[in-house]
Amino acid sequence: METKSKVSYYRVNKNRYAKNGMMVLTILACSLIVLIVVGLTIRSAPILFSRPLSELLFSTEWKPFKGQFGFAPFIVGTFAVTGVAVVIAVPLCLLTAIYLSEYASSRVTRFVNPFIDVLSGIPSIIFGVWGILLVVPFISKYIAPLFNVSSNGYTVLAGGLVLSIMIFPIIINVLLEVFKTVPNEMKDASLSLGATKWQTVKKVLLKRALPGVIAAFVLGLSRAFGETMAVLMVTGNVSKLPKSLMDPTYTLPSLIANNYGEMLSIPMYDSALLLASLILLMIILFFNIISRIILVKIERNYQ
Amino acid sequence: MSDNNFKTHISVQNLNVHYGKNHILKNINIDIPDKKLTAIIGPSGCGKTTLLKSFNRLLDTSQSPMVTGKVVVNGENIFDPKVEITHLRKKMGLLSQRPYPLPMSIYDNVAYGPKIHGLRGKKNIDEIVEHYLRKASLWEEVKDRLHTPAVRLSIGQQQRLCMARGLAVEPDIILGDEPTSALDPHSTQSIEAMFNSLKENYTIIVVTHILRQARRIADYIMFMYMGELIEHGPAEQILDDPKEKMTKEYIQGIIS
Amino acid sequence: MKKLRFIEEKIFRIIMPLATSLILLSLVLIIYTIVTKGMASLSWSMITETPKGGFYMGKEGGVLNAIIGSILLACGAVLIAVIISIPIVLYMNVYQRGNTKMMNLVRLCFDVLWGIPSIVYGAFGFTIMLYFGMKTSLLAGIITVSLFILPVIIRTMDEVFKTVPKELLDASYSLGATKFETAFKVVIRYGFSGLMTAILIAFGRGIGDAASVLFTAGYSDSIPTSLNEPVATLPLAIFFQLGTPIPEVKGRAYASALILTIFIMVISIISRYITKRFNRYK
Repeated sequence: METKSKVSYYRVNKNRYAKNGMMVLTILACSLIVLIVVGLTIRSAPILFSRPLSELLFSTEWKPFKGQFGFAPFIVGTFAVTGVAVVIAVPLCLLTAIYLSEYASSRVTRFVNPFIDVLSGIPSIIFGVWGILLVVPFISKYIAPLFNVSSNGYTVLAGGLVLSIMIFPIIINVLLEVFKTVPNEMKDASLSLGATKWQTVKKVLLKRALPGVIAAFVLGLSRAFGETMAVLMVTGNVSKLPKSLMDPTYTLPSLIANNYGEMLSIPMYDSALLLASLILLMIILFFNIISRIILVKIERNYQ
Repeated sequence: MSDNNFKTHISVQNLNVHYGKNHILKNINIDIPDKKLTAIIGPSGCGKTTLLKSFNRLLDTSQSPMVTGKVVVNGENIFDPKVEITHLRKKMGLLSQRPYPLPMSIYDNVAYGPKIHGLRGKKNIDEIVEHYLRKASLWEEVKDRLHTPAVRLSIGQQQRLCMARGLAVEPDIILGDEPTSALDPHSTQSIEAMFNSLKENYTIIVVTHILRQARRIADYIMFMYMGELIEHGPAEQILDDPKEKMTKEYIQGIIS
Repeated sequence: MKKLRFIEEKIFRIIMPLATSLILLSLVLIIYTIVTKGMASLSWSMITETPKGGFYMGKEGGVLNAIIGSILLACGAVLIAVIISIPIVLYMNVYQRGNTKMMNLVRLCFDVLWGIPSIVYGAFGFTIMLYFGMKTSLLAGIITVSLFILPVIIRTMDEVFKTVPKELLDASYSLGATKFETAFKVVIRYGFSGLMTAILIAFGRGIGDAASVLFTAGYSDSIPTSLNEPVATLPLAIFFQLGTPIPEVKGRAYASALILTIFIMVISIISRYITKRFNRYK
């Protein structure tokens, strides 16, 4: 009897210590967000305190050797490339997701799903290689002449195109989840009133799922925002404000990735690059948290 | 306490359970008779299952229940936060509405409990597994495939496996939450037969909404309605000569 | 007027499959391009030799350094991330199972962490390195990548562990098991396929990501012999070698791209197989 109760106390204590340990671990992992923000802020503090924020954010002069750090070309460049990507992705993803959730037979969805899975697993660098081999020459040879410009193909458009394909899977998957939360009874009600399927999609599905649809695209946008390698490889990396889709551009992630080598040799340069990651992080956190909160709310209402 | 005849005894004192604004159990007081089969009957939503689960503190934690009063097992109030519940749960086997075999083999399902409680040695464990599978009259059906996943058994076999699994930790009490509701008539019969043979050595408490089942197996009956324990007493008395109007109406099928 | 909606219906019934096909086509095109270009340069020596005469200029040799480097890096990172994430996921789904509000917040945290781009993890890893006075090395790369795949593993596993029925937990508790025993003996087994899928997805991320190791892992022509040496990785082998004017070196980049793609495809196929196969205890 005595040994038995001893054993059980051992088990009970093990359980208690494990619980506390696991809780600490969970809290630590969650606070990684804070750690990243703090770490980057500390490192970018030197440049943040030496120049007015407005100059950093709105100046277009990027001359590290002269100590001029204007982030505007990069911020604009990132938004431009991302914007193009989202504009391409919206119709294609919406149509595909509607097709897969409302129209396609289960055989079709079973055929398509693995493709989307594989697409989501392909590394950024592979998209970059593909971009260089196919998209860039294609733009230079066929698209640029259409607009009467000469371009080597390394453009905003190339970046946007490659990016759009990279964000297809995440957008489609979130859209499919969101569409699942629209009750079938609602669609049936609309159909039984004599509406066509497409009318039902427009008036019931999309209307009901609108917040989720927006969240899906914001999520895709925030994913596109931080993509580095592929964009770096196909946009030409010129720190000027792009005037058209056929201009080269330079994004924040590319800026960071491209200059890490020399950042410790020029004063303030490392601080500037870490400020670039901080700006990037802040924009992404903003979009990401908004879309996640929308999605959590949708799921809660569904349950 | 060292009395050989000592059996784990459950006594409920002024038990109240709230889920948010819902008052699920209202002031329950009862001493569960030892070594008898007690059936808890009553219409659905009357708090039968909540009462059963409060015996081993498996209340639905996601709705954060508020509990006042006591459930005293072996002289300890199990709702006292200082009480370590695991060794009390070991004293109570549970059969749920649907069988939930653990995600492992048939053998490991039975061996899981004894192993956790410190049993070692392959021979010992083999013996225990065979003994309890026999007790649950499942041995003959599974002895050649002990190491296949338990989920491949039929639902009826799974429920008997859950019984063997529960018995293997040597409880004094068996709790059944409508344990036959998912089963076919044949499996139901074998579970009921098992209850009848087990009640000589175990205190058994079974929630059921089937009156005929209560009549077949129960020695003692508790009738609940809207969270209150309306009446309790020996099975014949409750079924044939209920004192309360409410009980009478339920047994006659007027309320359900 | 009445006909209009039927015409609309017909039009959309045509363009929807077209949009889907276009997306599938883009994947086919990517793989086709990588395979044709890579096959031309892929040879036995490509996967069995390290580059001769420097990765940027030397025409001889292969990319073994990057293959081994990538595998070491991804394995190390996955190992660390799994060891950290299993207790977290079990804590979320066993100990805090009823606490939905809190867990939604925790899930939000990990979702947001998942959304942080790898370049930011790279930059963060770099600040850690500076803080501890570390040099670019295999170890620094492993730490950075493990941070970056941690939310991936946690959320992928979590999605499976969330589905463990409460009754199964109750069954284990009623046998007198503690939550700890229930977590590690029952829940892990129940979610085994989820664990494996999570590991594979994370491995794929780790092996394919360039931006997070750019600052932290460095690059080297040889296979590292210790955790403190810089290490080459396939993505960076592609990136750096693509930048040279020498066709043979570019060829090495294309071959690396093909090897990386094959890795990713194999991982994807295995994880499909596992999700189908390993649900035998459910």
